[in-house]
Amino acid sequence: MGRKLDPTTYVKKGPGRKSRKQKGAETELAKFLTDEDTAPKRLSSRSRKRAGKRAQVTKKPKESIEKEEPKKGFTDENSEWLKPAKRKREVGQSDNEDDSDSQWEQEEDEGQEGGENNKGKKLLIEGDGDDDDLVDDYGALEDSSEGEGEVDGDGEELLPIERAARKQKKLQEAMGQESDDDDEDDDKRKSGDEDMDEDDTVQANLDEMDKFILPGAEEIAKEGVLLVDLQTIHQRIKDNVDVLSHFATKREEGKERTEYLSLLKKDLSTYYSYNNFLIDKLLDIFPVSELIDFLEANEIQRPVTIRTNTLKTRRRDLAQALINRGVNLDPLGKWSKVGLVIFDSSVPIGATPEYLAGHYMLQGASSFLPVMALSPQEGETVLDMSSAPGGKTTYMAQLMRNTGVIVANDASADRLKSVVGNIHRLGVTNSMICNYDGRQFPKVMGGFDRVLLDAPCSGTGVISKDPAVKTSKDESDIQRLAHLQKELILAAIDSVNAESPSGGYLVYCTCSIMVEENEWVVDYALKKRNVKLVQTGLDFGKEGFTRFKERRFHPSLKLSRRFYPHSHNMDGFFVAKLKKFSNTVPTTAVEKDGEEETKPSEAVEVTANSSDEDGPSKAGSKNKSKKQKPVPGKPAMSQKATANGKPAKSIGKKTTNPSTLKKSEKPTGQKKAKIAKMDGGTVKVDGELKKSNTVKTEGETTKELKEGSRFEKKGDKQRKSPTQSKKRMGKNKFNKLKKLLKKEEVGQ
Amino acid sequence: MCDTFLLSVHSIGENIKHLVDRPDGTYCFRLHNDRVYYISETILKLATNISRGKLVSVGTCFGKFTKTIKFRLHITALDFLAPYAKFKVWVKPGQEQSFLYGNHVLKSGLGRITENTNQYQGVVVYSMADVPLGFGVAAKSTQECRRVDPMSIVVFHQADIGEFIRSEDTLT
Repeated sequence: MGRKLDPTTYVKKGPGRKSRKQKGAETELAKFLTDEDTAPKRLSSRSRKRAGKRAQVTKKPKESIEKEEPKKGFTDENSEWLKPAKRKREVGQSDNEDDSDSQWEQEEDEGQEGGENNKGKKLLIEGDGDDDDLVDDYGALEDSSEGEGEVDGDGEELLPIERAARKQKKLQEAMGQESDDDDEDDDKRKSGDEDMDEDDTVQANLDEMDKFILPGAEEIAKEGVLLVDLQTIHQRIKDNVDVLSHFATKREEGKERTEYLSLLKKDLSTYYSYNNFLIDKLLDIFPVSELIDFLEANEIQRPVTIRTNTLKTRRRDLAQALINRGVNLDPLGKWSKVGLVIFDSSVPIGATPEYLAGHYMLQGASSFLPVMALSPQEGETVLDMSSAPGGKTTYMAQLMRNTGVIVANDASADRLKSVVGNIHRLGVTNSMICNYDGRQFPKVMGGFDRVLLDAPCSGTGVISKDPAVKTSKDESDIQRLAHLQKELILAAIDSVNAESPSGGYLVYCTCSIMVEENEWVVDYALKKRNVKLVQTGLDFGKEGFTRFKERRFHPSLKLSRRFYPHSHNMDGFFVAKLKKFSNTVPTTAVEKDGEEETKPSEAVEVTANSSDEDGPSKAGSKNKSKKQKPVPGKPAMSQKATANGKPAKSIGKKTTNPSTLKKSEKPTGQKKAKIAKMDGGTVKVDGELKKSNTVKTEGETTKELKEGSRFEKKGDKQRKSPTQSKKRMGKNKFNKLKKLLKKEEVGQ
Repeated sequence: MCDTFLLSVHSIGENIKHLVDRPDGTYCFRLHNDRVYYISETILKLATNISRGKLVSVGTCFGKFTKTIKFRLHITALDFLAPYAKFKVWVKPGQEQSFLYGNHVLKSGLGRITENTNQYQGVVVYSMADVPLGFGVAAKSTQECRRVDPMSIVVFHQADIGEFIRSEDTLT
């Protein structure tokens, strides 16, 4: 007999310790497993119930015919009234239910003895009964409810607490579901309400308009006291603008446009923090919808721009160098070859080595425009009357390639330091920096080829840079500035040499959008001096106004250009280019001083520009000669007229022409004689003629630019002045003259 | 006065002639309010129109005479002197900013230096990209520079372009 021991099958036998040890897992489990596989063993009631439940889970989808035989088939005496626990919960929770219920049952079992079974069973039943109301039972359970009705009555008495607890459990679940439903319903309701509200608000707006206006003073007073929410004001502004844009359709009955406007003004000044004066002015300039854009644009900064200094580098190279330093940039636009716009930068733009080496200058995009309009040429003499901080001056110098002369002037000595710094940094060598009041300029130096005047202004175009302007500007400020600007522009015009071969241009610009500082000043200059507006050469920008409120400007004002922050994304600006066509100053009879001033200015021009001596000096000499020699005065007059060129006659004096024509066509008596004299006919009556001539020359000298007709007029008046002795010719003399004239006519 | 002025422009040497006689006209130096300006003659004539009290600057300011009649060269003269400089020093990119703040140049920041630079010779300081940065005085001769340790000064700072921002007021 060999060893037949197989460790897997070997079982230790005997009373010893080792034999009592547990056998392998397999053997142990085999017992359990076989138990289940066996035919239905006789189960206890509880276990029967459990089995029933288990079976129910599998049999639910099937018809209820089978009826969970194990459940129903209670073999004990309680089978009539004893029903198996229903499936109360969903499939997933069945096991939990089972467990919890079973635990309940177990506890019950442990706690009580006598009516234990009954209790437990009733518990289950009652729970089932209650569940019918709350939860959607499955088909199988409903059938069993019939039997339960009987049981319920009994059950209630027995275990109210347990029943209540179970009820609550189920209620909570059901509530959970319901609450979700409720929330959804609420949301729907809310959204529905919101839609309703929105619809209502659209209509309510109009109603609200009533609310704004009707209580009027009361509400406004209240608002003044309380802090009003900016959001509501903003909404109100939008609504108001909407109404005003479609006034005919959206207005309230009985409400005037002015009422809406006054409310809008108040709201705008509150929301954007402007003073009332400025809002009024802006409302005059812009239509209401554009005004909102303008105000919004003033709240944000314009992009940072730089100008390449072409004296030291090229835009391409500079862009490359800056990109290497970590700057994000782009060319400024098609209209500029030297501009770059900076989006963001990791280094401070005002302190890079390229900046220090003078390769570029920080300059606003709008400041490029006047210099582009002026376009100074190489070798010219240029004046910049308000040059600080020097951006435009240096731009002019780079356009002129450091040739010619630039005189950079500024009235403020402090700000001139920045001009000096910038000029040296950017390598400008052809400049002179001086510290005069601009109004003195023609006396200091004149005869410039081109002049740039960036006049001191209210700064309403650069509100984004300096928000203090919103509240600090007043009617008196604007008027004072306008007065100063008018004086400056006249001084600038007087400093330009009209006879300059390549120039004779003046550019007037401001960083303001007010009509009082822009078009009005230029119009004033057009009236007072021999200048005319020409194309700026800037192909974008809005045209200047030719009329504004009650004022009417010269039609050529539409050649000037306006720029706005909201439409061009640069600071608000105004540029006008003027050409001076004559160095003489038109003066009225009162202003004899004006004429005297022109003489010294002309003298200065002569010394300054040797090439341009002919025009001004001629005029000067002719002026003087007129007083001495009456006769050559006339040809001088005619020459002068031609020197001035046709524009002198054409502008502004057309009204006199027809009258002169009339006069010449219908000479009557004395007038005819005078006309004859004027035409250079033979002079018979010496004494009077001499007098008249002297009188005429005086008239001529005082009114150089007037045409022949005017002289005739003045001559007549002069003749009629009481200081003259003999006004009228004798009869005989007159007749003689008549005959002479007839002879001449015949002869001609 | 003229001597001191010329001596202080020692970094150029004889090339000063080039400054005066230029193809686009004669230039000259003029003294105004203790400052020396370098201008062409055409500008000079026009500048006589402006009264002395009101004239702030003409052309390019080269420097000024101090109260003890010593000439101090300004950074604004850099553009003119740089092309004519005989002795140059190139600074490494890392040390650029330090020099622009007014510090001296150390051996560690020294990129290149012209041969035969004597000690205490006036030099023009460049960046490696050949952008002139300022003026200086060589603290060591070229041979010494090769031997010396990295933390010692090789160029004394005299003027740099950072002064345009730092001392804008003193330019005028």
